[in-house]
Amino acid sequence: MSRFLIHRALIALLVAITVSIIGFTLLRLSGDLASALAGDTATQEQIAQTAHLYGLDRPFYVQYFDWMWKALHGDLGRSLFTNEPVTFLIGQRVGVTAQLSIMSLIFALLIAIPLGVVAATRPNSWIDRLSLGLAVLGQGMPNFWFGLILIIVFGVSLRWLPISGTDHFSNFIMPTITLGTSVMPAIMRLTRTGMLDALDSDYIRTARAKGLSTGSVLFKHALRNAILPVVSLTAVSLGFLLGGSVIVESVFALNGIGFLAFQSILRTDFPVVQSIVVFVSLCYILLTLLSDMINAYLDPRIRLG
Amino acid sequence: MTSIERDRIIISSPAPTFEIEAPSPHMIMRRRALTHPGFLFGATVVLATVLIAICAPLLTPYDPYAQDLSQRLIPPVWAVKGSWAHIFGTDAMGRDYLTRLMYGARISLTIGFGAAAIAGIIGTSLGLIGGYFGGWVDSVVMYLVNVKLALPGILVALSLIEVFGGSVFSVTLILGVLFWDRFIVVTRSVTQQTRVSDYVTAAEAVGASRPRIILGEVLPNVLNHIIVIASLEMAVAILVEAALSFLGLGIRPPTPSWGLMIAEGRNFMFFQPYLVAVPGIAILVLVVAINMLGDGIRDITAPEGRN
Amino acid sequence: MNRPQEVLHVEGLSVAIDTPSGTLRAVSDVDLHVDRGETLCIVGESGCGKTITSLGIMGLLPRRARLSAKRLELEGRDLAKLSGRERAALRGDRMAMIFQDPMTSLNPVYTIGNQMEEIYVRHGKGNHKQARERAEYLLQKVGISAATSRLGQYPHQLSGGLRQRAMVAMTLMCDPTLIIADEPTTALDVTIQAQILHLLDDLQREYNMALILITHDLGVVARMADRVVVMYAGQVVETGTAEEVFAAPRHPYTRGLLDCIPIPGKTRPGAPLGSIPGMVPSLLGPLESCQFRNRCPQAFADCAKAAIPLRETAPGRADRCLLPLGTPAQPRRASEALGAAE
Repeated sequence: MSRFLIHRALIALLVAITVSIIGFTLLRLSGDLASALAGDTATQEQIAQTAHLYGLDRPFYVQYFDWMWKALHGDLGRSLFTNEPVTFLIGQRVGVTAQLSIMSLIFALLIAIPLGVVAATRPNSWIDRLSLGLAVLGQGMPNFWFGLILIIVFGVSLRWLPISGTDHFSNFIMPTITLGTSVMPAIMRLTRTGMLDALDSDYIRTARAKGLSTGSVLFKHALRNAILPVVSLTAVSLGFLLGGSVIVESVFALNGIGFLAFQSILRTDFPVVQSIVVFVSLCYILLTLLSDMINAYLDPRIRLG
Repeated sequence: MTSIERDRIIISSPAPTFEIEAPSPHMIMRRRALTHPGFLFGATVVLATVLIAICAPLLTPYDPYAQDLSQRLIPPVWAVKGSWAHIFGTDAMGRDYLTRLMYGARISLTIGFGAAAIAGIIGTSLGLIGGYFGGWVDSVVMYLVNVKLALPGILVALSLIEVFGGSVFSVTLILGVLFWDRFIVVTRSVTQQTRVSDYVTAAEAVGASRPRIILGEVLPNVLNHIIVIASLEMAVAILVEAALSFLGLGIRPPTPSWGLMIAEGRNFMFFQPYLVAVPGIAILVLVVAINMLGDGIRDITAPEGRN
Repeated sequence: MNRPQEVLHVEGLSVAIDTPSGTLRAVSDVDLHVDRGETLCIVGESGCGKTITSLGIMGLLPRRARLSAKRLELEGRDLAKLSGRERAALRGDRMAMIFQDPMTSLNPVYTIGNQMEEIYVRHGKGNHKQARERAEYLLQKVGISAATSRLGQYPHQLSGGLRQRAMVAMTLMCDPTLIIADEPTTALDVTIQAQILHLLDDLQREYNMALILITHDLGVVARMADRVVVMYAGQVVETGTAEEVFAAPRHPYTRGLLDCIPIPGKTRPGAPLGSIPGMVPSLLGPLESCQFRNRCPQAFADCAKAAIPLRETAPGRADRCLLPLGTPAQPRRASEALGAAE
């Protein structure tokens, strides 16, 4: 198993390097970052000055390696807008995004897994149709729109929940529900499918033949098998949530790294953008590696070859 | 034993031939299609949306871009101050909302379909190549998929639109370049399975050229999977475009993208919630319909894959 | 009236399955009984209803299936009157089942020991420590060396033969009076098959339990059976002791089956083996004729007129055929007839 994991780690490293190059290149694709920064009315000389100021007149690979080298030593550059170190800016805001993502994931899991299990044990019943209906709705609804609707209903009409700010836990309730409903459907479907397959299998027939209780059959035997792909999906979803939170953060005015990235893109603040893109990608890569390890551990067929 | 021999009549020969009337695959699929509620609903809604989008000028007298500030913020017909002149009311610039909704359908359908098509072509080609050739070619393909998956899609899309601008064409292209991973994964695995099947081996033995095998033998097998994935990716593309336009880095005003309409309505949403609710419901209905259509196609062409 | 040795008594067992095309007669009016220390073999081709019969006895039928029976008694206890929970309490305890494929029949994520011990504890026979000791003892009994380490292993770490032995050990955890083995050797190599059968034989002699062996392999029947039940299209078509059925088969289907296999001493070298042409009839719709008549070389007019009753000619000896007793078998091929004349 360790050979398998080392192999995966090496691939992950290769992917990480590629991602860093892509993240670095993104805003430079227009070809002339300096003029974008200098502004519409800048003269040629001013543009050249800007280019020199930010080191944009050096060859591409020099800029990249320079940035990489500094990044590996903890220096991600400074924001062009506020001149604060990028590491500081990210550090300030990553807590909000992480909290939102984790809460959303927990919310999604708390709904998806029980619903998926119950739906699988009673196929074609009303609860099965309800769960599939919720999945369809969750996958079809634009999440920013859902957030706005929640604000209208709960924030304004009913005045139950605050609609912006980050100081209080209740600030996170509506954003969590919004973001959670976008990842809940996939997890629910996977749980349901996995349980249906497991319940149909021979080893469940054996478990029943042994006279085991329904709870034991469902949870000890079936769910334990069905949950394996769900664990992978959960880890991957967390990575996706980290990258996709920009929309929800904008709607609810949450000061996370997603919103920061969005603002920085608008301002062509390339040090911030490239750092956030690479940071989020690295988180995703680490999470998938983690999910591989968990998978290998949970499944004795992989763990013990 | 003579009485037995006299009475013995062989009812049928020891080896009767049974004529089994098997319906053709097309008939089976058609029967399934016509009784599948999800498929019917999805197909109807999508077809209706396409027709509305195409015939929009015929269906409404208004111009989606014509501003009339004397007519601004009229609520829809079911509200107190509403009228049948503007069924869904008007927006902050006095433009008829229903008209903008209809023209907005063109944007959503074009971008959705275009992005899915581009992603489909890229993803299917890479998947076929990787799945067929295996070895290091396949490793490269999987490496590309891993890179794509690691990148945060929305942030990359936002960056690219900032660089290349927010026209329908560029948004379609950018989204198309960001969604091919599911195509690759499915196509690759189907190709791998098909590749070791007997009829492909036979084709190789006869000396058929590789492109011919890939296109002639493998592709037809993959086709119905591709259609299902394409519909799902189309739905995703529509949702992402709406989100990007909402954020301001997608379709630019005054083009009536549904996401943009929601963004524009946001300023007034506490007093005129319909400005936000109506386009959102339109997106929801269209996306749900496309998803059900895709699921329906999957059920109809390969129900064994489902439960 | 039950004899004191009788473990299982089944009378008139039928299983109907509702399908979109109609009601399927999976099993129709099956009678069987097994005593302690006796091995009953249920023989028949795939789809004849032998597995469904056993699942019905165990109470493991799928939701869509409906079971009805005149009598269904285990050790004198009426199974039909029991609730689902009471039924479950008997499963694994008084009656146990071995399935065909040990790889898929064992849960891949739990150890062998875990899966064996849970039966013991669930049926209240003792605590985990005692369960573990019993599991170890039984693994050794079925011929698995290094039993202690095997307990901690997972199914995929054992070979096919060992897995099936472990499954046999698993069924013995609570010392049941009835064991049903559904094609226990079909998924195994030929050499292992013989070992497993030998094992079952020994265990039965030692524990004196009733054994129902379901198989399509007449070789297994010949080796293991005290009594035989032949099934076709959901019905019992012949029963008797193994000697009676092998030496003088009455039903044309049984005769056809025996024709298909070479019997040392009887089949001449070079003689063509028989075959039964045709297919099993559809199980939909009511029973209105003999189900075998389309493939039977000796069928006549009356075979199509009404359902054929089971004809009991002696205690334990019955067949479902209209041919008068003593009718010789029809030669299957002209060449065979020629062969006889030679």
